Amino acid sequence: MTDTASHHNPRDLGLKPLQTVDGTPLKVSLARAKRRARIRAVLLVMPLFLFILVTFFIPVFSMLMRSVENPVVVEVLPSTVEQLANWDETSGEIPDDDVFNALAADFKVAAVDKTAGKVGRRLNYEKSGFSSMFRKTARKIKKLEPPFKEGIIDIDKKWADVDYWRVLKRESREYTDSYFLTALDFTYTDDGERVLKGDDKRIYIDLFARTFWMSLLITGICLVLAYPVAYLLSTLPVRSSNLLMILVLLPFWTSLLVRTSAWIALLQQEGVINSLLVGAGVLDDANRLAMIHNQTGTIIAMVHVLLPFMVLPLYSVMKTIHPSYMRAARSLGANPYTAFVRVYMPNTVPGIGAGAILVFIIAIGYYITPALVGGQSGTMISNFIAYHLETSLNWGLAAALGAVLLVVVLILYFVYDRIVGVDNMKLG
Amino acid sequence: MTNTAEPLVRFVDVQKSYDGVTLVVKKFNLDMQRGEFLTMLGPSGSGKTTCLMMLAGFEPATHGEIFLKDQPINNVPPHKRGIGMVFQNYALFPHMTVAENLAFPLQVRNMDKSEVNSRVTKALDMVQLGQFGGRRPAQLSGGQQQRVAVARALVFDPDVVLMDEPLGALDKNLREQMQYEIKHIHENLGITVLYVTHDQSEALTMSNRIAVFDDGIVQQLASPSVLYEKPDNAFVARFIGENNVLKGTIKEVNGQACVVDVGEERPVHATAVNIGGVNTLTNLSLRPERVTLNPPEHFPNQFDGKVEELIYLGDHIRTRMNVCGHSEFIVKIPNSSDQGQLREGDAVRVGWKMEDCRALDCNDS
Repeated sequence: MTDTASHHNPRDLGLKPLQTVDGTPLKVSLARAKRRARIRAVLLVMPLFLFILVTFFIPVFSMLMRSVENPVVVEVLPSTVEQLANWDETSGEIPDDDVFNALAADFKVAAVDKTAGKVGRRLNYEKSGFSSMFRKTARKIKKLEPPFKEGIIDIDKKWADVDYWRVLKRESREYTDSYFLTALDFTYTDDGERVLKGDDKRIYIDLFARTFWMSLLITGICLVLAYPVAYLLSTLPVRSSNLLMILVLLPFWTSLLVRTSAWIALLQQEGVINSLLVGAGVLDDANRLAMIHNQTGTIIAMVHVLLPFMVLPLYSVMKTIHPSYMRAARSLGANPYTAFVRVYMPNTVPGIGAGAILVFIIAIGYYITPALVGGQSGTMISNFIAYHLETSLNWGLAAALGAVLLVVVLILYFVYDRIVGVDNMKLG
Repeated sequence: MTNTAEPLVRFVDVQKSYDGVTLVVKKFNLDMQRGEFLTMLGPSGSGKTTCLMMLAGFEPATHGEIFLKDQPINNVPPHKRGIGMVFQNYALFPHMTVAENLAFPLQVRNMDKSEVNSRVTKALDMVQLGQFGGRRPAQLSGGQQQRVAVARALVFDPDVVLMDEPLGALDKNLREQMQYEIKHIHENLGITVLYVTHDQSEALTMSNRIAVFDDGIVQQLASPSVLYEKPDNAFVARFIGENNVLKGTIKEVNGQACVVDVGEERPVHATAVNIGGVNTLTNLSLRPERVTLNPPEHFPNQFDGKVEELIYLGDHIRTRMNVCGHSEFIVKIPNSSDQGQLREGDAVRVGWKMEDCRALDCNDS
């Protein structure tokens, strides 16, 4: 404040804005107090925010970026890429001498830097044969004399195949959609058009559909099993409901690995259930049920794992539904069924919604249980993501699959918000 | 009310036990006439709500029979009884609008749409909420929710409407206003209401008859004025209105009159209502407003009192006195201009008529 003196003049009160006792305008003082509160709030959240930023958002973002990043070809073969720009891939002819000369120059550098193998591996994702082709060429390029075109084709005949050149030119872009195309079972035609693969060659779309369908089924089974339990829990006196609640939560306190192994012991062909059924004469020894290492096993084990996530939100919602609602409905003339469907159930919708979306989202990305008991038919998309991360080392494809999964979940969440409303969700 | 008509609701020797050990309702008999406003009044745990729930069908009677329109209804499920009910927390369905709440009982009776709509409109108008049909219950005030609950319990023309402490959640002013509204609805529509409350002034305001409950038994069933003026026993006298109790021993009984020794030189002359024989103990019940200061000669009961405390309450002055060795003796003195000024510590002569002093049972001592 520059004109503090005039602010103390009581005659000014009617004309000037309101002031605090020391003469600061009230608005300034209020803004200052609010700013202080805001800074305090930011400081309180900051450590967690930074932690999540560094350990979660940045890694996830950089991982997702790998699904479109494609730096390796243009980095290792810069002059070849430059020369390839003049080549018409639709001509059906392989590139001219200029391209081969550039390729030889790039390879000589790459052979020294030992980077040729990296490009070969990358291009091998698109078309098999690249890996060996690049390894061979890098090994022999040092001793190669011009003319390079004939020399290089001599090293590996695949260099005379126009298809390899097409892939090379296509993947010389810095950003690529080829990972996403693979993740969605698309492929390039010879003319460079993107088309869906034939029925027998589709892997990932079927896998996404199966993951989706299995998650839906698991969610449905969880709902059917959890609803009555939650209802019982919410109507019992506190002492007995606490005991029951502990039983519901028991799976949470047991190691996931132990639980899954227990399911293997129970469900396998020589396992407890099959032996009991055979012993009781229900089953013939030769026709033991296959209940594990397939879809059935995955669904049974995952329902067991995810059931508490359905019970808890349902319970917390049902707990708030006063018994007088049902009584009111009955006294107004509704039979028990109508009262339940028209009065009780609509009031549990927030719990159903919360439980269903929770179970579904956890299920769709579930990894460990399908990996252990899924076998061939019970694996889900996350198992393939893990496979590409750990075994095939195709991180770009893993990232693309992960991104598709993320987008599907976000779309679902959005649809759910439009239909049920996220505000209506009650998690406890 | 005429007693010649068949009672609408009849409880015959109804008993109820939850745990098989204690009876919450010991022996309940009640005849309720069509068009009556009957209140069950009592402290919490006295069994009044249990009786209501048995009539509604939410609790089975352990023993005895309940009749509605001469039909035994013990085995009729709640939704077939045709009984409207207003709950303490209103129990309005939160996921439905006000109009949908009112339409619910009509829809489950498969009434056609136009009839439903006209009835809902009529019911909303009856409780002056015509504009609120499209709102959710949560968007209404407590009093408005209460009115919707009443309208919903009436919209399907039930034979009898049960109300379980419906005004308990409202503040005092609103509660009094709603008492009159419910009373007027009862009078205008001629409906039959069975009402439960623990608030005696509410019961006195609204009811044709009141059943005073205590300990699972109806202590007295009578009109408000009879309950107040002529309580049958010490519990009713204590529970309804304010009451001075003098303990004493009966010395003489002459028909309607009796003479009771309260440890003073002179005995008290009282009306014999509910007493044992000579030399048994009794509780004398005397309303504070029936005590006269400086009584005329012909009053049979005249005692010296000492003013202990004066509380100014506007329309009257509440005076705590020491009379007959009883220091909690309350006298209500009307605040009229000709009344002399009393001071704490003054000695005053007090007196009362024989008919205002009722000799009752002495079970509680």
